[in-house]
Amino acid sequence: MVNQAKALIDREYKWGFVTNVEADAAPKGLSEEIIRFISKKKNEPAFMLEWRLNAYRRWIKMEPPTWQHVYYPPIDYQGIIYYSAPKLKKDRPKSLGEVDQEILETYEKLGIPLEEQKRLVGVAVDAVFDSVSVATTFKEKLAERGIIFCSFSEAVQNHPDLVQKYLGSVVPYADNFYATLNSAVFSDGSFCYIPKGVRCPMELSTYFRINAADTGQFERTLIVAEEGSYVSYLEGCTAPIRDVNQLHAAVVELVALEGATIKYSTVQNWYPGDKNGKGGIYNFVTKRGKCAGANSKISWTQVETGSAITWKYPSVILQGDHSIGEFYSVALTNNHQQADTGTKMIHIGKNTRSTIISKGIAARFGSNTYRGLVKVMPKAENARNYTQCDSLLMGDKCAANTFPYIEVLNRSAKVEHEASTSKISEDQLFYLRQRGISPENAVSIIINGFCKEVFKNLPMEFAVEASKLLGVSLEGAVG
Amino acid sequence: MNLMLEIKNLHVSIEGKQILKGIDLKISAGEVHAIMGPNGSGKSTLTQVLAGNEKYEVTKGEVIYQGKNLLELSPEVRAREGVFLAFQYPVEIPGVSNAYFLKAALNEIRSAKGLEEMDAVEFLELLKEKMKLVEMDSSFTNRPVNEGFSGGEKKRNEILQMAVLEPTLGVLDETDSGLDIDALKIVAQGVNRLRRKDRSFLVVTHYQRLLNYIIPDFVHVLVGGRMVRSGGKDLAFQLEEKGYDWVKVEPEVSEEHVK
Amino acid sequence: MVHARVPGTKGLENYLAIFGSREKKLLQAEPSWLTHLRKTAIERFSNLGFPTAQNEYWKYTNVAPIAETRFDFVPNQTLPEISIQQLETFMFGHPEWPRLVFVNGKYLESLSSQTSQTDHLRISNLRSVLGSGSKVFESYLARIASFEENSFAALNTALMDDGAFIYIPEGKVLDKPIHLMFVSLTQNGALTSQPRTLIVAGKNSKVRVIESYASLCGGSYFTNAVTEVFVGENASVEHYKLQRESERAFHIGTTEAYQSTGSKLASFSIDLGGKLVRNNLTVGLHEEGSECELNGLYYVSGEEHVDNTTFIDHPKPCGVSRQLYKGLISGKGRAVFFGKVYVHKNAHHTDAAQTNKNLLLSEGATVDTRPQLEILNDDVKCTHGAAVGQLDEEMIFYLKTRGIGDREAERLLSYGFAREVIERVRIEAVRTELDRLLLARLQDCAYFAWRDRMKK
Repeated sequence: MVNQAKALIDREYKWGFVTNVEADAAPKGLSEEIIRFISKKKNEPAFMLEWRLNAYRRWIKMEPPTWQHVYYPPIDYQGIIYYSAPKLKKDRPKSLGEVDQEILETYEKLGIPLEEQKRLVGVAVDAVFDSVSVATTFKEKLAERGIIFCSFSEAVQNHPDLVQKYLGSVVPYADNFYATLNSAVFSDGSFCYIPKGVRCPMELSTYFRINAADTGQFERTLIVAEEGSYVSYLEGCTAPIRDVNQLHAAVVELVALEGATIKYSTVQNWYPGDKNGKGGIYNFVTKRGKCAGANSKISWTQVETGSAITWKYPSVILQGDHSIGEFYSVALTNNHQQADTGTKMIHIGKNTRSTIISKGIAARFGSNTYRGLVKVMPKAENARNYTQCDSLLMGDKCAANTFPYIEVLNRSAKVEHEASTSKISEDQLFYLRQRGISPENAVSIIINGFCKEVFKNLPMEFAVEASKLLGVSLEGAVG
Repeated sequence: MNLMLEIKNLHVSIEGKQILKGIDLKISAGEVHAIMGPNGSGKSTLTQVLAGNEKYEVTKGEVIYQGKNLLELSPEVRAREGVFLAFQYPVEIPGVSNAYFLKAALNEIRSAKGLEEMDAVEFLELLKEKMKLVEMDSSFTNRPVNEGFSGGEKKRNEILQMAVLEPTLGVLDETDSGLDIDALKIVAQGVNRLRRKDRSFLVVTHYQRLLNYIIPDFVHVLVGGRMVRSGGKDLAFQLEEKGYDWVKVEPEVSEEHVK
Repeated sequence: MVHARVPGTKGLENYLAIFGSREKKLLQAEPSWLTHLRKTAIERFSNLGFPTAQNEYWKYTNVAPIAETRFDFVPNQTLPEISIQQLETFMFGHPEWPRLVFVNGKYLESLSSQTSQTDHLRISNLRSVLGSGSKVFESYLARIASFEENSFAALNTALMDDGAFIYIPEGKVLDKPIHLMFVSLTQNGALTSQPRTLIVAGKNSKVRVIESYASLCGGSYFTNAVTEVFVGENASVEHYKLQRESERAFHIGTTEAYQSTGSKLASFSIDLGGKLVRNNLTVGLHEEGSECELNGLYYVSGEEHVDNTTFIDHPKPCGVSRQLYKGLISGKGRAVFFGKVYVHKNAHHTDAAQTNKNLLLSEGATVDTRPQLEILNDDVKCTHGAAVGQLDEEMIFYLKTRGIGDREAERLLSYGFAREVIERVRIEAVRTELDRLLLARLQDCAYFAWRDRMKK
């Protein structure tokens, strides 16, 4: 745990290597032709192409949002490669044996071995390399319970009815500039379907890796949890060190039907850029879940340490009566990183509850903004929300902002928001140092304590996973 | 006797205000010294300066600890050299478990001494044993450092830390304040079990009460930033009987006579 | 605050025409610096237009009803006879306090008292200073309340005809509070008034100022007030704004304060009336070690809309700000709170705490609250909190078991909730009067709650 925070604050990016694989890429730029090219490459049914084209036609009329508290030069959308796949021996690898050795080694290096015998028991992984899914582990074992866990491309081929039913049902293609762009060009991602009454026996995870230069990554994840089912899902992300910025505009949609629970955890560790703010990923992501049925629950946990810019608001639409939405977040911005992140909790059903715990840490020139909306609709009787946002500042060049929006349209609502901003307490530091602990370790101990409420929500199986991704160990090994 | 700590003509100020106005004190190995004094006399200041709190400015004088210039060392180095301060007001550190914190501290001190780091299992055994010393129940290990602790629990926790870290010089800052008689006995017993030939204590207190349980070798009286009296343990009883005015008035009177 | 421009609204044309018709006359009568100021302001107003919901700072308050109504501006109108007895109800039982009375924006000397026109102390109406060549007046007017991004302040600056000028010289401590009464009296047609107040408190001085906005006979009108407060070095200012306009009135108020080294400001903003109300309060702790305390209480009922938008600026080290705004919302009322605390890079040792709490008392009552912290310095202690809720049912039950009826229990608990703000009022007579007014309004609240229950 000590090392974890130390690594969070002051670390070199360890995942910045490049894998040498031949890529099969589309030419730079975006047009209807490119979209047709992507759709054809993926051998998609007509409804998919039509959906993409609708999104594209909408997108060209849209303007990028400007309200967020982040600054970056305009993005040249024609300078991006919208499709890049590692060139494979055949169209798709049928088994791990057919996955390019270079790629397998990449995942080994990242601490995500794909060979099942090496895997942690109880974790299934879908590995997405640039634009495509290269491997999904434990597929057959999951299939025994009727669970579908595969790449999005495969889902389109094998379960088009499910895809057609739920795609865009939570994040419509016209939702916002980046989500619409994603809808037009998304190349792959993970798909997950948990049938009625099934408790997914293992953690599911997707590991995203940007490798090629000049590419954007536009994955799309769709998770559907049928009545009374349960799934816990984790995504991790890394990218090579490059001195140009790369765009990552993903969309995640979650649908929880009656009595279903989806727990979605993210350890986002995209390349943040160097100390002077050169390079790094622009992480512009739309994540939203819908508690469609009564007594359903969606819980987001995110640990955001990477990316030059993070712009994301994992949200929950609390439609079903008695549904529950949760958002636990740690966002760290160091050097020149900027983050504008938070959540939206939209209370529609009766007796809905939401909890928001956000911990922001800004160091050096980092800028960290919490932005969150709690909206209680007129018919949402007895809605409850509790929000707590704390920010820690380290150094006099950083910035922390807290921008909650609370809109209450029903009198029976109880909404509470509390926030604080401060630097690390000198008294705490002195106390720890008096016990012989070095100042650096004292700082990291305090930061870990500060983030504990969020860290404890990471699934146990992924505590190990997360620590590998962060190159660190979690508290809990002792005591 | 082996001299452990020597304070010479120590002057200390905080935010421009002079608190200590020339303190001299010698502590040899194995001795227990008590410093008594009224509120605001500078007792806590002295303990904070010994621990290295940077809020306080040493304007004059020196402190030699085991032959080293203590004032040059950072707080953590002092701790690793064996200086332990039981704080009057221990801070709360949210989210960090007591056990984790203590293990981190112990291992830093051990590695400074060239000892191997202790693993979790060994450490928990050690901790369990030490906890008996201060009669703490096992739930303390997982609770965040001092968070939600009662006043008495915080003080016992300080003594527990001292027992685990095994310092050479234990400085206790009003460890008795806010304790009922039972808790006081437990704390005193914890300290007494730690008394050794090569370990010294500096016990700061307002009341003589604690000194019934931790019997000092020497008692010093600090008033207005100066040591106005030193003596044996009987001095504490005299103080208790006559109050601080007794020592306060006398030096002033004698100064008058000099004029 | 950046306003999206909406050109060509009826209101805009109306005010430009009003300005045009006054311009020539003002040019002759006023010093050139003032004419220049007015011209700049009307130009800015014309460029900004009325704010719309696209503007983040106006997201929840729609001023279209103001923009689309043609209000007449007749500063020199003939007023019916008004007796001092008619105003007594607004005087907190202290007719001996220095007092300036304005009716529909027009200063009435006959109703005012204890004014002072000397260079050692000025408690006078604005118009009387215009021609006096007062340097203090010239060097402070429009220097504190910027109209660069605030179209209502721009409009007021362009049109202002009268108001109050208070100047407390160095070291002067005024023991009696000064009461500024802005009274509206609707006759025929909808009127607007553009009252302007400038308070300059010199070094080490102390002053308490109460601004009352009230209506004599109800009706629809539009008050667009601007108040500027300069708090000199180590000076202390208490500022009370008690808004009880008619239930059909529009009220937009802009209050801006500049705080010098070691100065203290206590501000109270009490809203008990108005159909559409917006208070912009900006406090700049522009010099080191200054402190402000902002208190607000709003009672919103019927179909009223009350918006409190505050901005506390911490550009310098060691500033302390405390803010507590509490609201009771009943009927179909809507309350809006937006509070920004901005801590600049160099403002180390800033200590800021902000709280906004709202009680929803009936079906249909709504609230939007947005406390905001923007912090660019690491050595600070800043907190904010917001809460929306209802009366505690257990407490109601407890009172009921003691024989207190439903309505009375609600009334008592609402009153208890609001007391926290009222208790901070330092002037006893004002505190007592607020108590009384609140209790009177709370009977409405019980009424609304009861009516809602009947509808079910």
